Amino acid sequence: MTVIVGPKTKPPEAIKDASMARQKQMVNAHYDRLASAKERGEKVAATFVPGNLNELLMCFDMVNNLPEVNAIQNGLRRQSGGYVMEAEKLGHSEDVCTYVKSDIGMMAKGNIGPNGKPLPDPDVLLLSYTGCFTFMKWFELLRRQYKCETIMFQTPYLADGRITTDMISYMVKQLRQDVIPKLERISGVKFDIDRLREYLRKSAKAEDDHVWVLQSAKHKPSPIDAYFGGIYYIGPIFGAFRGTDDAIEYYKFLRAEVEQRIAQGKGPVTPDGNMGQERYRLVVEGPPNYTNFRQFWKMFYDEGAVVVASSYTKVGGTYDYGFRHDPDRPLESLAEYCLNVYTNRNLPMRVDMLENYINEYQADGLLINSIKSCNSFSAGQLLMMREVEKRTGKPAAFIETDLVDPRYFSAANVKNRLESYFQMIEQKRAGFRGAA
Amino acid sequence: MLDRPHHTTADIIARCEALFSDLSFTAAREWKAAEPGRIVVGFLPYYAPRELVHAAGGLPLGIFGGGDQLEVIHGDAYYQSYICRIPRSTIELGVSGRLDFVDGMMFPSICDVIRNLSGMWKLMFPSKGARYIDLPHNFDDDLGGEFYVSELRETCEWLSSLTGKPITSDAIRASIAVFNDNRRLVRALYQLRADEPWNVPSSELYLLLRAGMVIPVEEHNQMLTNYLAAVRLQQRPIKDNSRVVICGMFCEQPPLNLIKSIELSGCYIVDDDFILVTRWENSDVALDGDPLRNLARADLHDSKSTPPKYEPDEAKKGLYLVDSVRKNRAEGVIFAMTSFCDPGLLERPMLQAVLKSHGIPQIAFKYAENSGQMQPIREQAGTFADSIKLWSGA
Ligand code: SF4
Ligand code: SF4
Repeated sequence: MTVIVGPKTKPPEAIKDASMARQKQMVNAHYDRLASAKERGEKVAATFVPGNLNELLMCFDMVNNLPEVNAIQNGLRRQSGGYVMEAEKLGHSEDVCTYVKSDIGMMAKGNIGPNGKPLPDPDVLLLSYTGCFTFMKWFELLRRQYKCETIMFQTPYLADGRITTDMISYMVKQLRQDVIPKLERISGVKFDIDRLREYLRKSAKAEDDHVWVLQSAKHKPSPIDAYFGGIYYIGPIFGAFRGTDDAIEYYKFLRAEVEQRIAQGKGPVTPDGNMGQERYRLVVEGPPNYTNFRQFWKMFYDEGAVVVASSYTKVGGTYDYGFRHDPDRPLESLAEYCLNVYTNRNLPMRVDMLENYINEYQADGLLINSIKSCNSFSAGQLLMMREVEKRTGKPAAFIETDLVDPRYFSAANVKNRLESYFQMIEQKRAGFRGAA
Repeated sequence: MLDRPHHTTADIIARCEALFSDLSFTAAREWKAAEPGRIVVGFLPYYAPRELVHAAGGLPLGIFGGGDQLEVIHGDAYYQSYICRIPRSTIELGVSGRLDFVDGMMFPSICDVIRNLSGMWKLMFPSKGARYIDLPHNFDDDLGGEFYVSELRETCEWLSSLTGKPITSDAIRASIAVFNDNRRLVRALYQLRADEPWNVPSSELYLLLRAGMVIPVEEHNQMLTNYLAAVRLQQRPIKDNSRVVICGMFCEQPPLNLIKSIELSGCYIVDDDFILVTRWENSDVALDGDPLRNLARADLHDSKSTPPKYEPDEAKKGLYLVDSVRKNRAEGVIFAMTSFCDPGLLERPMLQAVLKSHGIPQIAFKYAENSGQMQPIREQAGTFADSIKLWSGA
């Protein structure tokens, strides 16, 4: 494995493994492609991560721009705080999702993308409405700004924990009668279902390796961190790369890297190098904090805590439950993909998932990072915590931060809570030992 | 003997107040106990296909949170501080046994909080049915319409599983007819308030609508008929108030005092989004043909615009408020949004921009169902009312 060590400046560059470096190149190339899309006559579609129809957009030669990813990038680069405040100055409430405000603030400040170049105006807003109400209002807000067409593609909620034929039929009909004809008109490209099949075939291939990597955390010690590291592992598949050769190559490469770590008995790579001894194995529910990402992660690896499974790595698809894009049922498969994204699953399904993760990944407990501005994830998490604790007998803990608003990250509070949580796990272990 | 109408508005409102403050839902309990086999199905604010519950021989019961009278003891342990109040007081109602007589609950797809609450209900009260009502955001008959019909059909099946009896199309048609009467009466009430707001105080209108959430629709129709008759026989003094439209009360309910405070500050509320389920459809739902399709069509093409709903046409965005201002001869809009309410607060800047472009004055504040301090709101609304008067007199 190649370790890219940054120059000895302060703060020190994070240590990246080769797959991370490779991904960084991919993301940069994508932002460059976005920035110059208009020069090359390419059309741009803005859409959301959960339920993104990248393969379909590729059929129309469209470049995919994901506002949540922009917000995350701005969070990691510590730009989002200013953007959020800018949006609040423009009349947005302090109570609502900070992704939206980061996006709107970025727009107000010239829409400069994370690569320092202006992002192009979208030609279409593909409102893939899965599992989060904010999406709908977000694109209504952007529509006013960009004056471009907005396509609503509604995914029914899995309220009863199952996919019905009526749901699939509603979605496939929307694709056939509404989404595809509109994309044809906007792009000027005729839809070719065989082209879609080909992309879906490629998606499935990358998805196989992606799942393998996430499930590698079942090893002891876990060779990956499935939350902090997981953020990187989901990038290509949840973003603009699903359906491409790039994604297949990336996951193949990543898999080889992880195989090597397993063979060497190594734990995950952290920004400070290889993690020390694995002391706690955790399952995490909820998105991470991005404005203090590294500091947050450090609180875990300093204590030897590794996240072996997380729900956040399922927001763009629950592939580990068996779903794969299927070239033989192209439109149905796009529908199933959207239906299955994590926050489109009802609360009992989410609880079952976390319970299974604790058992399957032999975790010590559940940690919930509750995001102040994300009701989609957060409403109901306290009950989920109690339910999982009851079912698994493993301790659970709750911390509160925000996605990209630095005002809501209290490092001292989070650290305190984590420390007491680790103590709780120790006590539980001692109890077991004492009882044995 | 004095020639008095059978019921005075005061009598009727006293009954409404008693129903409003009864968080044990005695009237609905008594209704259920009166005949074996009756079911009561709760629903969260906003919208629910009440006709189907009625057609199943049930009482649709509006569960509108706990207001400012309920002490939330358990519910607070289920929600972080940054989530609105209504789900926690709804959980409180459940945990404290106040809903133990309810056979099932319907959760409309209003927002992520209510969506997740439907799952919490399943986990917490597994023996009670919980039905999520997914509303279409695609308004094409063949797309969103078909999907909505399938949602309604599944709701019928769910209700049948509670009663053990199928629901016939004729029964649904008959129920639609009774609810059409109700909608007509509510529209008449709204019209009367817009015409004579001094005679129909909004606090009374609100209580009348709330009463309709906990008693059978037939009884509510009678109540509205009586009120409309009684109110026509009285003349209350006309005040020099400003006429305003209120926006933001579509889900979590305002404390009654909040409505009274706005009125006391010198405003006549001439339109609002209180208890939308009573006038979700703008006109009657058709009776001929397939009743589920008729309900779907009414929802797609003839229902209220409101923050939790998608507006496919950007050119029409927010115009419903402008139309309401014009139609009801209002002079301004008060945005009263629930704290931490995503649909309301994300929508507000868009609506404000539309009003601004039409030169309509506005103010905005937030509330919670248990807001106690009315003085700031009264001052804000009062200043607004005064400024409208000054402005329109200039
Ligand atoms: S509310 Fe949550 S799920 Fe929705 S856009 Fe914001 S962060 Fe994403
Ligand atoms: S008040 Fe707003 S956020 Fe709360 S449940 Fe109702 S619609 Fe959702």
